[in-house]
This record gives sequence, C-alpha cells and structure tokens, in this order.
Amino acid sequence: MEQKKVVMDTDGIDRSLTRIAYEILERNKGTEELCLVGIRTGGVYLAERLKQKIRRLEGIDIPLGILDITLYRDDLRHSDKKPILAKTDIPFSLDDKKVVLVDDVLFTGRTIRAAMDALIDFGRPKLIQLAVLIDRGHRELPIRADFVGKNLPSSLWESVVVKLTEKNGIDEVVIQEDTQ
Amino acid sequence: MKLARKDILGIKDLSIDEINLILNTADSFIEVSTREIKKVPTLRGKTIVNLFFEASTRTRTSFEIAGKRLSADTINISASTRSVVKGETLIDTARNLEAMNPDAIVIRHSAAGAPHMLARMVKQSIINAGDGAHEHPTQALLDMMTIKEKKGKIAGLKVAIVGDIAHSRVARSNIYGLIKMGAHVIVAGPAMMLPRDIEHMGVTVHDNLEKAIRDVDIIMMLRIQLERQQQKLFPSLREYSNYFCLNRQNITLAKDDVLVMHPGPINRGIEISPDIADGPYSVILDQVTNGVAVRMALLYLLIGGKQ
Repeated sequence: MEQKKVVMDTDGIDRSLTRIAYEILERNKGTEELCLVGIRTGGVYLAERLKQKIRRLEGIDIPLGILDITLYRDDLRHSDKKPILAKTDIPFSLDDKKVVLVDDVLFTGRTIRAAMDALIDFGRPKLIQLAVLIDRGHRELPIRADFVGKNLPSSLWESVVVKLTEKNGIDEVVIQEDTQ
Repeated sequence: MKLARKDILGIKDLSIDEINLILNTADSFIEVSTREIKKVPTLRGKTIVNLFFEASTRTRTSFEIAGKRLSADTINISASTRSVVKGETLIDTARNLEAMNPDAIVIRHSAAGAPHMLARMVKQSIINAGDGAHEHPTQALLDMMTIKEKKGKIAGLKVAIVGDIAHSRVARSNIYGLIKMGAHVIVAGPAMMLPRDIEHMGVTVHDNLEKAIRDVDIIMMLRIQLERQQQKLFPSLREYSNYFCLNRQNITLAKDDVLVMHPGPINRGIEISPDIADGPYSVILDQVTNGVAVRMALLYLLIGGKQ
C-alpha cells in the first residue's frame, strides 16, 4: 500500500507564506527595488500569493515575473523526456533589482542554478534571494534558501508534492513513498 | 508529449497534435528574441548545417539566427560555396557532411524529394527548407503561428491563397496544414497556374481574385516567380497585376479585420500594392519574426536533449 502523509494543510501553508512575506520585507527593509520571480509552475502561484500578502502589508504592488527554466536545464542531454517549454514573462528590467526567486520545493538545487543563469541573462540584479515553501534537503550544488516555509527531512525514495488550489484544487503538502 | 520523429520533411505527414506542439513551443520562444541577451544555452555543442542549393536570404538567415539564439554552431553552405559547382552529387555531399558529425542538416533544393532522400541516407535530423514545388513546412508553420497569434484560432477561418499555386511549395504546405487544422481554404490564380485536380486537396478553386477573397479572414498572396515568365504562364506582368494584384479597392471585399500575408520577397505593385503591403492589414513582418521562433522550436524539439 502507498504510504502518504499530509505534512502541511491550507492554514499551515498560509501561515508560512505570511511569515515569509514579513521576512522578505524585514530583510530588504521594505519594498524598494523589490520584485518577485516565480519558477514554473508551483513557484508562480506562491509568488502571486506573496505579492498579495506584501500588498496587504505595505499597500504596494511589487513587480512579478514568471520564469520557465527548461532552456537552461542541465539534464536535457540525459533525459529521454523532453519537457514542454512554457512562456517566460518578465516584463520589467532586472537591473539593480532585489530579486526574490520563488519555488515550491528546494531539492538538489539544480533548478535554482538554472533559474539564476536565466535571471542573469535578463540583466544584472542587485541581489538574488531564494524563497521556498519546502526545503527537503539532498543538495547537489552549493545553494541554500533565504526564506523557508518548512524544513522537511526526507529520504531519496520519497517524493514531496506541493498541491495548490490554483492547479490542484486543494492546498496541501504531502510526502509519499515513490512508487517508481 | 514530444516530437517522436527524426526529420521534418513536410506538413503532410505531421499530425494535428504535432503541429500544436510545434506552434505552442514556438510561442514560448518568441520572448527569447526580445531579450537584451538574445541567447539561451539549450543547444550548446550542437552543430547545424544549412545546405542551400537554391538562393535564399530570409529562410537561411532565419535558420541561422534560430540556431545561434539556441547556442548551436551554424554553418552555411550555399550555391556559391557548394562543391556541386565542382560536380559532386548531393549524395556525396551528404556523406561527407555526415562524416563531420553535425546534429541537423537544413536543406533547400530545387528537386522535390531531395530532403527525403537525404533523410533516408544519413542519421542526422533533416529539416526541409523548401524542395522544388513540393513542400516548405517551416513557412506553413510560421504562417499558422501568425494566424493563431492574431486570430486566436485557425479552425473555422476562411483563408484565400492567391497566385501561382501550381509552382508554390508555400501554397502546398499551407493547404495541408490549414485544412488539417480546420480552416476553409480557397485558392485562386490564372488557370495556367492552378494545378489540375487541386480540388482533391479539399480546397475551393476560383480563377478570379474578387470571388476568392470575398468575406475571407486571411489573404495569403504568393510571389509571382518572375523567373518563370519565360514559360509563358501569363501574357505579361501588367496583365497579371490587372487581374490579381491585391489593392485597396478589392481588399474591401474581404472581412473588415482581414489579415494580409505574404511569404516574401514581395514584388511591389505586381501581386500586392505597396499601400496594402505596408498597411494596417499586413502581418508580413510578423511572419518573419515568427519564422525565427518556429525554427527555434523545431531545432529544440528535434535535437535538444537526448536522441
């Protein structure tokens, strides 16, 4: 039987994002030059929620971009599956911006490496910070998150799935044994 | 899904799903060409040979830019440098190229079927950039992409293709593609330029421009191939343009939001009047922009990643 455990529910996710929004504002001393870039697909919804929270706290709409990292992946040459390319949409300059990169799960760090390479092609940000809902460990690159919703020690044969209302109809984080 | 094929030889053998995958991928590539740094690392270390046995500026440049924006190395072999001048056959040229181990070969040739022969002979991906009067698949794909971008759909639209249908690979590829995607295609041209039995491709046929463009959503004007004048397909350019030039009078017969397309290069004042070519209905330059994105998409789908 498949082992499945819910480790975060709607309220848990919301509280974590509220705390992250406060931390982002505290660390960056407000919203000046601040922008969010969500990594497709989970990170985009989380970035959108952080933007709403920051608006409620500060009354300011900060710019939000969408990044698809497919073209920067380091495993294209090794994978049989070809990921479907989706649109990148960063409709503002990143020069001298404080960029908060947003993703759902931080795992090997390879996605973040690809995302940082992509961001640098869009300009020269003043700094890049990383916000993730879940940090599940097992890094393969020297990368760490600045803002973490929950640290979730996991084993390699488990998978961590972040479900969000916008795409799955429910807000929860589950950890399950990988059936493959 | 992925594009499970080695080559792109024609629209005829592409499925609707494959066409949609290519168009959606191309749509995502548009953004790369608008960046300050117009380059992504996706095809680093890949080599693409552009083998052009027929003159071409737009298509060859478009393929070259597409490859370079994906970080591939692109090499052009064109009419003046080709060893065919020295008498080498296409087969020997291909074998020699294969021995240098490129990842894709883009070929334009005056003989219909030349890319197909090449595709059977070599292990590399072959992209047909125009073979005789047969197919020009990347042109049809960029045309469909432009229609979809401007109209939001292809299915249900009325599209008129006007000009020398018989000698046009652009027309043939577009007919295959547009009908597959659910459009209604009307072709028109002087009787000598309409292939016999063209109705069998599922199109409506007219020998009159006004009838063909009535109430259509899209008008695709084809270039009159001046080099074919010797074949006496039409009495004179002036007579052709009297009957088949799209101008500001006859365009009012089409829908108010009609799009005017042309694969280029245009003969101003012959098949299209300058005020129409440069006017508000014209999407001719959008076609060129989308051409780069479509070719990036094909290169990515064919040779990006493991083969």
